[in-house]
Amino acid sequence: MADFHSSTLTQLAAGLRARHFSSVELTRALLARIERHQGALNAFISVTPDAALAAAQSADRALASGGGGALTGVPIAHKDLFCTQGVRTTCGSRMLDNFVSPYDATVVAKLRSAGAVMLGKTNMDEFAMGSSNETSYYGPVRNPWNPALVPGGSSGGSAAAVAARLVPGATATDTGGSIRQPAALCGITGMKPTYGRVSRYGMVAFASSLDQGGVLTASAADAALMLREMAGFDAADSTSVDRPVPDYVAALEEPLAGLKIGLLKEFFDKGLDAQNEQRVREALKVFEGLGASLREVSLPHLPLSVPVYYVVAPAEASSNLARYDGVRFGHRCQSPRDLNDLYRRSRGEGFGAEVKRRIMTGTYVLSAGYYDAYYLKAQRVRALINADFIRAFGSVDVLIGPTTPTPAFALGAKTADPITMYLNDIYTIGANLAGLPAVSVPCGFVQDLPVGLQIVGPHFSEARVLNAAHAFQRLTDWHTRIPAGFA
Amino acid sequence: MSGWETVIGLEIHAQLATGSKIFSGSATAYGAAPNVQANLVDLGYPGVLPVLNAAAVRMAVKLGLAIDARIARHSVFARKNYFYPDLPKGYQISQYELPIVAAGSLEIVLEGGERKRIGITRAHLEEDAGKSLHEGLPGVTGIDLNRAGTPLVEIVSEPELRSAKEAVAYMKKVHTLVRYLEICDGNMQEGSFRCDANVSVRRAGTDKLGTRAEIKNLNSFRFVERAINHEVDRQIAILESGGSVVQETRLYDPDKGETRAMRSKEEANDYRYFPDPDLLPVELDAAFIESVRATLPELPDQKAARFAAAYGLSAYDAGVLTASRELADYYEAVVQAAPQDPKLAANWVMGELAAALNKENLDVSAGRLPAERLAGLLARIGDRTISGKIAKEVFEAMWSQGVGADAVIEARGLRQITDTGAIERAIDVVIGANPAQLAEYRAGKDKLFGFFVGQVMKATGGKANPAQLNELLRSKLRG
Repeated sequence: MADFHSSTLTQLAAGLRARHFSSVELTRALLARIERHQGALNAFISVTPDAALAAAQSADRALASGGGGALTGVPIAHKDLFCTQGVRTTCGSRMLDNFVSPYDATVVAKLRSAGAVMLGKTNMDEFAMGSSNETSYYGPVRNPWNPALVPGGSSGGSAAAVAARLVPGATATDTGGSIRQPAALCGITGMKPTYGRVSRYGMVAFASSLDQGGVLTASAADAALMLREMAGFDAADSTSVDRPVPDYVAALEEPLAGLKIGLLKEFFDKGLDAQNEQRVREALKVFEGLGASLREVSLPHLPLSVPVYYVVAPAEASSNLARYDGVRFGHRCQSPRDLNDLYRRSRGEGFGAEVKRRIMTGTYVLSAGYYDAYYLKAQRVRALINADFIRAFGSVDVLIGPTTPTPAFALGAKTADPITMYLNDIYTIGANLAGLPAVSVPCGFVQDLPVGLQIVGPHFSEARVLNAAHAFQRLTDWHTRIPAGFA
Repeated sequence: MSGWETVIGLEIHAQLATGSKIFSGSATAYGAAPNVQANLVDLGYPGVLPVLNAAAVRMAVKLGLAIDARIARHSVFARKNYFYPDLPKGYQISQYELPIVAAGSLEIVLEGGERKRIGITRAHLEEDAGKSLHEGLPGVTGIDLNRAGTPLVEIVSEPELRSAKEAVAYMKKVHTLVRYLEICDGNMQEGSFRCDANVSVRRAGTDKLGTRAEIKNLNSFRFVERAINHEVDRQIAILESGGSVVQETRLYDPDKGETRAMRSKEEANDYRYFPDPDLLPVELDAAFIESVRATLPELPDQKAARFAAAYGLSAYDAGVLTASRELADYYEAVVQAAPQDPKLAANWVMGELAAALNKENLDVSAGRLPAERLAGLLARIGDRTISGKIAKEVFEAMWSQGVGADAVIEARGLRQITDTGAIERAIDVVIGANPAQLAEYRAGKDKLFGFFVGQVMKATGGKANPAQLNELLRSKLRG
């Protein structure tokens, strides 16, 4: 089978189960693709061919004996902030360049027990702080649609790897849009579940109250399959929710007739590129054709998302990143003179500029005398945003709008001005602040660059959100497009 | 020093007697080799998350109920951020604005027997830090994270203590209480129970609090008393010479018997507290709180009141006997086995027994002298087999040989003489041998009565029943 890479994850899983091909064949083929394209894309930080082939062999044995799980033999990649025992987990940072985790993240363990074969760890913005993958210590990732452009971030490596069909699916995390924004910019499907749906245990923390693991795949059906195996309560994560995981795959084919779609007034604002808006409006017509109805809704506090996010996330990050002190693991400076020197130089050398900026911002907003004005106020506004969403979901089933204001932008275009970069997450941050499930699916192209459509649902409505995305993908083929040079 | 009033508030840290840590499954046993009781959560590895130990919550609630405090239905863990090598995450998980226990109180007994109620502002749950090790490590600092994540309850008093003695009485009271509740082993050498003292002085009669110094990490009652007294003297000396006290953290040096500055307010950390997003708020319902209440033992004050009423003891004696649950249980076991004279039992437990235990630095729970055995001795006093004086000799033999009272009495022939005829015969011999003393006594020298008692006791080997002897001797001397 020569066209492994143009098959979806769902098709590959079925093909393996039917023993049309072996996991070793598939793994070899994709490892070869990774090797061929790594130089151009820089999507991976670590590739683990030996472990992958060993896992593929054991998957083949399981399949031969009629055993195995839903993903047995299916190659995937993990964003390099999921801890993987024995394989280094860098988080895109010099600080963790030498860090080999002694344990597996819950997500990693779950996907392994479902039979998935890890090919490697994907590149990312340092500590998941960034929207362009340019803050990685390992260099930027290139957008497979145009190597002069960014893939988005922070899960840029996972998104580029899936878009270039180096892997059929990859894990990712989304703190302010880090799954959906790169999905949109790379023309693939990116699903961020409800906060608490996927265990954070073993995910290197950026902003604990916002971080949520999810998936990047070619289609919503693939996302449903992969997420079903990742999700679920984990006693090791106090914020994970003890609630059964529905069969997202089984729910994909539900009819959409009668679906009430809310159009967020605040998403169709002056910041939205006109052509992007056009693609989104065309997509909405597809939903209408499926029997869904549209109505405009307003979330008056939503425009405050970005400032709220850039108080809350750095505050939590400043504390979460305090453990990187050069004492027990990670980067340690050469011959420290004393304790303060050890701290200063280890952290000074280990962290990049964006991480330092956020640690300083976070430290500032939590400081005595500023806490009330920044952190506390941000949390209050966050509660208002959450209430806005809940009110909106009283009258609509899902909210649909653009994922990003523009398609992919050029490398270096926004690095000089953090605020411009931050505004790229303007449509995605709301779902993080409110902990809502949201998916981005490709809905067309603007000047040969993919445009993302975002579907946001109420808490724990993953099945409905994926169902809507899948219905759209049954009538469109944007998600099947593969960038030239990777077909 | 007159004209000054001392104001003290204590922050007591009691290590909760859970089997595992507050946010991880590691053991909490004391004395293990460095870092063998530190797992990835305790080490603050990337990606790990805390999970609250329900047993620690239960213990904190138990404490709150025992001090008549308000148990928070909703309490929140917060991060206290600062860098230190023995603080692996760069923050300590504690409780800040919303502690689990608030507004309780305890009663202490002052020297004159007067009672004073001390307010307890709050008690909150938190994790302990690790330890930095210097001994035997020239040029480097070792880090032992076995203690990191050990559950603590920090009990914060109101600044209502007015002397070092009151502070010690309060600390002892809390110590007694946490051991009664079985939420802390109270072991001060191992650091399971320690305190920080906030000390200030002000002119008597004024309301405004003086500038305070915080003396850190006092781990014995004696150190608390000495450190506070030294600190009070130091502050008064400063103020009387026209200076002003600096708000700072100080350390007590037990070798020099003084406190010295550790860091000033300006150097203090800005801890940047904020709610820990990795932990959900602790939500407690009435049923849970009641289920904890049902596990409360009889508390020290209740027990003392019952002892005083049921056994006819003074408030002081009842207080001493209930200072630990083990001692109280021991006393009650003695009384149960020898119910004739609870007051006598109290005297023996607080006197001979306490002295013997003290001498060998033993706790009553060590079982060196079972309660039944002491009761056996008291029974022999009660049935006049031996006198109280002989009983002390018997006690010593019981203690050192680990045998019962009867065995000692029989072996040494100490059975008291209660046969009137035998005592009379001994008296007659003594009177006959001391005609001069008899004459003097009869001439009015009453003091000689003691001489005759002594002689008869000598003649009977101390075994004559003292009451009988007195009575018979008096009538014989009268002639």
